[in-house]
Amino acid sequence: MHPAWFASPDDAVRRLLEVGYLADAATATTAFLTGALEKPLLVEGPAGVGKTELAKAVARACGAELVRLQCYEGLDEARALYEWNYKKQLLRIQASTQAGDGGPGWEQTHDDIFTDEFLLTRPLLTAIRREEPTVLLIDEVDKTDVEVEGLLLEVLSDFQVTIPELGTVTAVRRPFVVLTSNATRELSEAVKRRCLYLHLDYPDLERELEIVRSQVPALEERVARQLVETITRLRDLDLKKAPSIAESVDWARTLLALEIGDLDEAAVDATLGVVLKHASDHDRAVRELKLRR
Amino acid sequence: MTGEETGDSGLLRRHVAFLEALREAGLPVSLAEGLDAVAGVRALGWDDRELVRAAYAATVVKRQTQRAAFDAVFDLYFPRLLGEGAAAPELADEHGIRDSAAALEEFRERLATALEQLDELAANEPQEGESEGDGGGPSLQDLAAEAVGRFGQMPGRAPGRSGWSAYNTLRRVAPGELVAGLLAALAERGRSEEEAQRRAERRVAEFTRLVEADAVRRIAADRDPAEVARITVRPPVDLLDFTSARRADLEEMRRQLYPLSRRLAARLTKEQHARRRGPLDFRRTVRASVSTGGVPLTTHHRPKRPHRSELVVLCDVSGSVASFAQFTLMLVFALREQFSKVRAFTFVDDVHEVTDAFVPGADPGEVLAQLALRAQHAARFGRTDYGRAFARFAEEHADALGPKASLLVLGDARSNYRDLGEGVLAELVASCRSAWWLNPEHPRHWGTGDSAAPVYGAIVPMVECRNLVQLEQFVHDLV
Repeated sequence: MHPAWFASPDDAVRRLLEVGYLADAATATTAFLTGALEKPLLVEGPAGVGKTELAKAVARACGAELVRLQCYEGLDEARALYEWNYKKQLLRIQASTQAGDGGPGWEQTHDDIFTDEFLLTRPLLTAIRREEPTVLLIDEVDKTDVEVEGLLLEVLSDFQVTIPELGTVTAVRRPFVVLTSNATRELSEAVKRRCLYLHLDYPDLERELEIVRSQVPALEERVARQLVETITRLRDLDLKKAPSIAESVDWARTLLALEIGDLDEAAVDATLGVVLKHASDHDRAVRELKLRR
Repeated sequence: MTGEETGDSGLLRRHVAFLEALREAGLPVSLAEGLDAVAGVRALGWDDRELVRAAYAATVVKRQTQRAAFDAVFDLYFPRLLGEGAAAPELADEHGIRDSAAALEEFRERLATALEQLDELAANEPQEGESEGDGGGPSLQDLAAEAVGRFGQMPGRAPGRSGWSAYNTLRRVAPGELVAGLLAALAERGRSEEEAQRRAERRVAEFTRLVEADAVRRIAADRDPAEVARITVRPPVDLLDFTSARRADLEEMRRQLYPLSRRLAARLTKEQHARRRGPLDFRRTVRASVSTGGVPLTTHHRPKRPHRSELVVLCDVSGSVASFAQFTLMLVFALREQFSKVRAFTFVDDVHEVTDAFVPGADPGEVLAQLALRAQHAARFGRTDYGRAFARFAEEHADALGPKASLLVLGDARSNYRDLGEGVLAELVASCRSAWWLNPEHPRHWGTGDSAAPVYGAIVPMVECRNLVQLEQFVHDLV
């Protein structure tokens, strides 16, 4: 039995904080459970609240290596799991036939070309075969096709992969699996059932303030507070795309670069483009915050 | 903690009953997830309520829309405290009376101070109140519990059946009247007027919410929690009926609409891509085979031309179904790129075209406001008259329909016993490629009272569409 990922939820908070990720109670508890129960963790939430960052932070906090599978439409087995290096196999066959009539028979060649040497491991198989602690990040899992989900089922429930020519590869050490999703598509019940679930939402005011302060330490406390308060108000406005944490950090950097020492209405109006990316959102914010009187 | 121990302490039974109540509230909790929850709680221990909540939430809730229902049921089955709690001071005064004018006066003062002093942090995080005694003064949550304990008791009809009422409590305490004082206090601390207003309202709303939750908690302690859950827990917003939605629910639905349409658009594009394999592109296939020694390992295909149709939406915007019609219109227009052309008409007893209200990229709130404003153009006498509306449509806008167009009628088919105009509708349907009728009522109500659903159903296929999930499904199938 290898040591657990986190000793307790408090330990998770502390160690994630050390690597610069401010986790709230629910996030830390769920991260602890993911390690303790050795089940994959499905993280959902709006874009830019730190879903991917959570996986990276866990990897840093536990000294594990991050193996990342970026999902996209059209992702298939060959790019998620493993592939036979057929060009190399072709060369091998040609080489053995050209060696003369004394070359090995078909049986021998067949055994030769389906060995580890000709196997190209892709992220899922890599993560399972690793003996060191590993965090497997399956990013934007909602972008894949339904077939890939079927593929994930075997990997996620038993942590094993069946390769017809080699047999079943079982994980020596179960990786810490994080799946992220923007919920553009409803994942199948089968995948959800095997995962723990965490919904990451926009943080509350104080936590966001801490995040902005830790990311942009040079920004004055007072301006940072004004900024976070404005962001919180913007999120209440029912916009098409509410500003995310990443955008508040961007905004903080912008203010710093422009040397704006006081976030008054004129300053908000001038830099609003950093946080709002839709024209109608922009209009709405100007109207609701009464920026131009 | 072993299995037997949990069984003996009644926790196991509580756990099973809890899962049962969740299933009843619409969360599909499987056996495996229940076992995961037990494993999770065992890893965390039972000594912190919020940790237990987190363990259950991580293992059992798999969709954010279910979270509200989960929290409500959790509060019923694992209440914060029973009655007043063991640590609370005795509420009754020396005469054994809890509720007196003096007590009310004194309590309101304490509440006002607490609301003033309340840090923004605590207002945002209700859990903060759980860690007792932080910051010296009583937390809002304790105050809410005390308020219900003092002022919310209702004499029971039978001994031991006394109830608790959030309504009575709030009427006595009247936190709304404290807003003015709170405003002055906040203004003193240098908050701008708007800011103070917003904060004061948020705090009072928070207190109101806590009082309501506390009353439910006390009721649940006296009765069977399953019974209380059935009454108080509302279904997730995407399964809520349009016709029974409250104002706040409609607001929430409207907020769900834009993400929903984006999700639907993403899904549709993906599905079209998956079906896009057209005829074999011989040239590209052969070229690609060169790198594999002339063996065509991968085949390439020509893209398929997507098929797009025109859509004509005709919706009833009379009071009973207005919100349903608006939602459907918004969703259809969010997906307009899937159709070659969309035209929308609203009617009550006259027809009015609203296509131009849907400007690409417009703010959804504004569009809805405009739709509501323009609904008056669609009404003459203000009572739904399908026959007249169809006739007017056929007269004025018959050009909208054609062999490429699909007709979508939205309405509850409640005719107020007027002329149905089946003949006109049949002609309209015959002149277009396909037609549907979306009805926001449950099929068991079709044909009752003045509902003409069976009559229209014989002419146009009638589809039940009561909530956002069904609406999403229908629009998806339509495209």
